[in-house]
Amino acid sequence: MTVELGHVALIIACALALYQSVVPIFAASRGDVRLAATADWTSTGILVFTGLSFASLVYAYALSDFSVINVWQNSHSQMPYLYKLTGTWGNHEGSMLLWVLILALFAAAVAVFGGNLPFRLKAYVLAVQGWLLSTFFLFILLTSNPFLRQPPAPEGRDLNPILQDIGLAIHPPMLYLGYVGFSITFAFAVAALLEGKIEPAWARWVRPWALAAWVFLTAGISMGSYWAYYELGWGGWWFWDPVENASFLPWLTGTALLHSALVMERRDAMKIWTVLLAILTFGLSLLGTFLVRSGVLTSVHSFASDPQRGLFILAILVAFVGGALLLFAWRSPRLQIGGMFAPISREGALVVNNLLLCAAAGTVLLGTLYPVVYEAVTGGKISVGPPFFNLTFSPLMLPLIFLVPFGPLLAWKKGDLNGAAQRLGFALLAALLVIVLVGGFVKPGNWLAPLVMGLAVWLMVGAFAEVWQRSTAGGSGASLILRRASGLPRSMWSTALAHFGVGVTLMGIVCVTAYETETVAVMKPGDVVQVNRYALRFESVEKVDGPNFTGEKAVLTVLDGDRNVATALPSKRFYPARQMPTSEAAIETFVFSQLYIALGEVRPDGSVSLRIWWKPQVVLIWLGSIFMVVGGAFSLSKRRASVRAKSRSAAVAPQGAEHAT
Amino acid sequence: MSRRASRLLWIVVIGVVLSGAVGLSMFALRDGISFAMSPSELKQAQFAPGQRVRLFGLVEEGSVKRGEGIDVSFRLSDEETSYTVHYDNILPDLFREGQGIITEGSLAADGSFVAETVLAKHDENYVPAEMADKLKESGRWKGGVVATQ
Repeated sequence: MTVELGHVALIIACALALYQSVVPIFAASRGDVRLAATADWTSTGILVFTGLSFASLVYAYALSDFSVINVWQNSHSQMPYLYKLTGTWGNHEGSMLLWVLILALFAAAVAVFGGNLPFRLKAYVLAVQGWLLSTFFLFILLTSNPFLRQPPAPEGRDLNPILQDIGLAIHPPMLYLGYVGFSITFAFAVAALLEGKIEPAWARWVRPWALAAWVFLTAGISMGSYWAYYELGWGGWWFWDPVENASFLPWLTGTALLHSALVMERRDAMKIWTVLLAILTFGLSLLGTFLVRSGVLTSVHSFASDPQRGLFILAILVAFVGGALLLFAWRSPRLQIGGMFAPISREGALVVNNLLLCAAAGTVLLGTLYPVVYEAVTGGKISVGPPFFNLTFSPLMLPLIFLVPFGPLLAWKKGDLNGAAQRLGFALLAALLVIVLVGGFVKPGNWLAPLVMGLAVWLMVGAFAEVWQRSTAGGSGASLILRRASGLPRSMWSTALAHFGVGVTLMGIVCVTAYETETVAVMKPGDVVQVNRYALRFESVEKVDGPNFTGEKAVLTVLDGDRNVATALPSKRFYPARQMPTSEAAIETFVFSQLYIALGEVRPDGSVSLRIWWKPQVVLIWLGSIFMVVGGAFSLSKRRASVRAKSRSAAVAPQGAEHAT
Repeated sequence: MSRRASRLLWIVVIGVVLSGAVGLSMFALRDGISFAMSPSELKQAQFAPGQRVRLFGLVEEGSVKRGEGIDVSFRLSDEETSYTVHYDNILPDLFREGQGIITEGSLAADGSFVAETVLAKHDENYVPAEMADKLKESGRWKGGVVATQ
């Protein structure tokens, strides 16, 4: 019964969304404030009904109601309770429902928090969100309905074992919060184009949403990378797989958007470009959804894809992005070009940032879609592998990373490059020190890796140059410096933290890429293999009994000299419901480095084959992204307060002017 | 710097970065791609040993031979032609006889295929999309074998 209620709730939400697609625009054209305000209620209503609908599906999963086809296909009564719940979105239908729930969440957030928006802009934004919502509601109801029934089955077909992991609880919701968060910037961009005018305040309204989306997307990508790393058992953290690229593309353009919106907010420049980026970023999010859901490209991460329904998403993508770009081409000449600036200036640095990020996004997009285009043109099948991406992406990213510390040190309009360079002297010194130490003594021979490590240190230290300089400007003395440092604008700290995070991630990437080792061994009980400074002794094989799987694990003692530092238990599992085996790698962490042990096969004579990696500093890759997320969130916490204060003081005059026009 | 000079500078910078990106991509596309093909297509293509290829097909029943250590060999077939594949690493969980897999590597001088990676997808019903197309084309499609979810 609850499932039917969920279905009905979804239909009601869809009807409300259709109302919201039309009425606010009509109201705006007539200047009818009260009619436009009804859209606030519909957005909230849509969120409530979509939430009810989603909750009813979760409830069906919690009860293992196998009379619902979707539950029967993707769940099992013996699964741990958490996986029963998260299994709700471990399939196409449930995943789309989560997608649209988050879309509704953001739309309602604009209605609730957007009290300070000009009346017409808000009406248009809510209408655009209405279009998006109704399209996806119709998509779910017509092609991907999770609420269909069947005669009750005694047992479900189980969730794909790879997805029976805490990662499924966190990664998709995070990623969707990021993807779908950019729908707000899209709606704002289209609304600005519909209205035919755009002002710096637009960037002030949009930037917190873009920042929130970016924070979630960063966390989602990073989380997904770690999940793939420990779950797939190949020791890789990034494969340049189409599905990964699909999430990385909006991240690149979204990062560019954050920076260009900053220019627009402060200097009234780069307006047209910022609007275009807002459209493209959400377009790439939709493209990502399409690539993941359709399975058009061979990927290791896509689950439960469906080419037929993928085509619908492609149609949605073409309609929305194509339409928005047409509108852009038609309306953008009416937008006024903003302030001028010298090439060496904060704006100039941010233009270069945008240029390099977008060029990098372009090459990743090319490599991702090339196989599709190639097949369409020649009929041949090819795949584009990591060599392509490494060769094109790194030469664009490394100069950007070199330039990052300069940006915040340059003044708006006209900056002083010499002064900035002088203030980065300490960072340069630290970088040179690392290059010489690593390249000359620790790991002599190869100079490329030490150089990139130097670059990472340059960024890590350089990121704090501004904070350091401002804190020490008033004289020395620890307490004085601390007091000044804590009094600095939060945005300065968050910029420093986020940039520092990029440096940390780069450090992890270069260390693990250049210095990881892989050992493949066949071991009998008692055999010892040496990996880096650790000796691994294989003891025995033991049976494992899980709730919905069976398996065996190898027991290995990890020794550092004579000291027993860990017991590693790599295992293999077998899930009878799906007749599917999986590997669970054993990962032992030593500060930032990891020992990664995957069990190959257990042989009849009691010996095992093992694949063992030493992953130096690999944890830094994900640690860096935590710094980026914290930096972004920190800035967000400040912005909410300041936007509210600013709008309170400015609300009266502009809004009065708005009504007069 | 005058407005014109500044604009000119930007055009040059943007031009250099974009043409650099395009040039790099063109260059990388020559080496960074590998052709995906079935055993019979590989036979026709007559690649030189060492050319990177993605070979996909079904693992022949009863063809998996394990060596002393970790090395393993098997026949990869598209029911028309087959190649002996040598692999010196741990096979993925879902590797089974009769299963569709993708392997990436190159031809050895003796005409066998040396794999660097073997991929078996994490889906029990998986047959590589390329294979499914090929089987359909040649009319050897067995509907039940390949089920997409």
